[in-house]
Amino acid sequence: MSVTNADVLHVAQLARLAIDDTRLPGLVAELNGILQHIDALQQAVIPADLAARAVAGMPLRNDDTPSVPLQRAREAFAPATRDGFFLVPRLATHGDAGASASSSDAEGDA
Amino acid sequence: MSVESLKAHSVQTAWSQYDAVDAGPTGLNAFLSVDRDGSLAAAKVIGTNGDLSGVPVAIKDNLATLTLPTTCGSRLLEGYVSPYEATAVRKLREAGAIVIGKTNMDEFAMGSSTENSAYGPTRNPVDRSRVPGGSSGGSAAAVAAGVVRLALGSETGGSVRQPAAFCGIVGVKPTYGRVSRFGLVAYASSLDHVGVFAQNVFDAALGTELIAGHDPYDATCSALPVPALRQSATVADHAQPLAGLVVGRPIEYFTEALDPRIRAHCDTSLERLRALGAEVRDVSLPHTSLAIPVYYVLAPAEASSNLARYDGVRYGQRRSADGLREMYERTRTSGFGAEVTRRILLGTYVLSAGYYDAYYRRAQTVRELITQDFERVFADGVHVLFTPTAPTPAFRIGEVSDPYDMYLSDIYTVTANLAGIPAMSQPIGLVDGLPVGGQFMAARFDEATMFKAAAALEYAIAQEGGA
Repeated sequence: MSVTNADVLHVAQLARLAIDDTRLPGLVAELNGILQHIDALQQAVIPADLAARAVAGMPLRNDDTPSVPLQRAREAFAPATRDGFFLVPRLATHGDAGASASSSDAEGDA
Repeated sequence: MSVESLKAHSVQTAWSQYDAVDAGPTGLNAFLSVDRDGSLAAAKVIGTNGDLSGVPVAIKDNLATLTLPTTCGSRLLEGYVSPYEATAVRKLREAGAIVIGKTNMDEFAMGSSTENSAYGPTRNPVDRSRVPGGSSGGSAAAVAAGVVRLALGSETGGSVRQPAAFCGIVGVKPTYGRVSRFGLVAYASSLDHVGVFAQNVFDAALGTELIAGHDPYDATCSALPVPALRQSATVADHAQPLAGLVVGRPIEYFTEALDPRIRAHCDTSLERLRALGAEVRDVSLPHTSLAIPVYYVLAPAEASSNLARYDGVRYGQRRSADGLREMYERTRTSGFGAEVTRRILLGTYVLSAGYYDAYYRRAQTVRELITQDFERVFADGVHVLFTPTAPTPAFRIGEVSDPYDMYLSDIYTVTANLAGIPAMSQPIGLVDGLPVGGQFMAARFDEATMFKAAAALEYAIAQEGGA
């Protein structure tokens, strides 16, 4: 199998990456070079009973992990907080939604 | 070898050596950040009771530390300081070790040469025109140059063993689940391991023993007890230390792709193992040739998910933009280097609608076949496998430009990551003055037998004047 310019642009959109026109042909060629080697997987002979075992999954453990001891307070990770929520910079497309930040150096929504 | 010889290397000695080799335009560029003042101050007050009391160590820059930044070799995380510490780092510090710095690496551990670091390549101490291997090239170079004698790295497809081979030192990847990955920045979670670099097998076994063990913060970390690995790495019987041991020689690892000079060193090592009392037999791991294709489906697939968090909101230096999607794209596109971008695109593609069964599910199934190959060989009475670590010695900086050619540098190491078994590399000779690594692999959680074989081989090589 191989990818086209359109495939790579579609995948880039899914991955939140912007690919400019000058980079696109090289990326398509590189990915097709890699996929050509990966296609060797299609020749593997798979025993009939193996596929079922391979997707059986891992046993789950209890979700009882203790809380992580943090070196710094949780609030230190955001430019500002309000009522225990992180405030992040407002984006232009969000218009006037949300209240203003309590911190002078941050404008945004929780 | 002993704990005392490791302790003989002081923090002051480390800084003298660092000043001699790391900085400047022709320096190794092994470190991305250092803590000279803090480590010297710690050395003055450290006790003497710990196994590593006062021993300087270096940490790969994708393991979280409390005061030094953790950048993963990426511009995206420039200046990022973790709010918590990796378990493996904490365990070293609790044994008395002193962290002197964070080491250079391929961005987000994606590479085999350390050329993909956003902060410039690391040079091989043996020949500075050559790469140290990767992705843990900074840690390998720091140990090989004698700045430290113990360092931590990480492995997803060979990123400890391959640079250990290129730099002429010992590199260990323990069993999946033996060492906690808490605080290791995730690349491909089903393949990621924390590993150890050292100048000899005993030190590597000691380091592995100290960082191993159950950790409630890593759900994949085993509760099995950790044996005294340092004892396994001590050669007691100098005549026939490997009597009763069966060493497998996988025929698929000795093909035309292998440099004949490396093959010759492997053959010599196998002869030494026989002389040490081991039985050597040819074995077959028939799905070996599919390991690289499997790896380059699964690792990018997992990476595309794990690296979604670097969006300028959860993690990463944010680039401003008018809209949310534009902000994500600008942040990620400007922050990720070429190889990371390539692998995210590849991973997103193989997971996307219409291709999941053909690539991801297929690769998972073949991974099971590769794992069964190993289980069958070990069930048939083989205790360890011996192979070359890499198909070539260290190549020149800039010499390998095709992505897939670079991937083939890990052709002998990715299988152990896919199967989750322990593996290690140690020096077995030189080719044109460049180190050659030999690899031992063992059954899951049998690091003890692996270290026993490696220590005996190291002893035999030393008796003949060294590798």
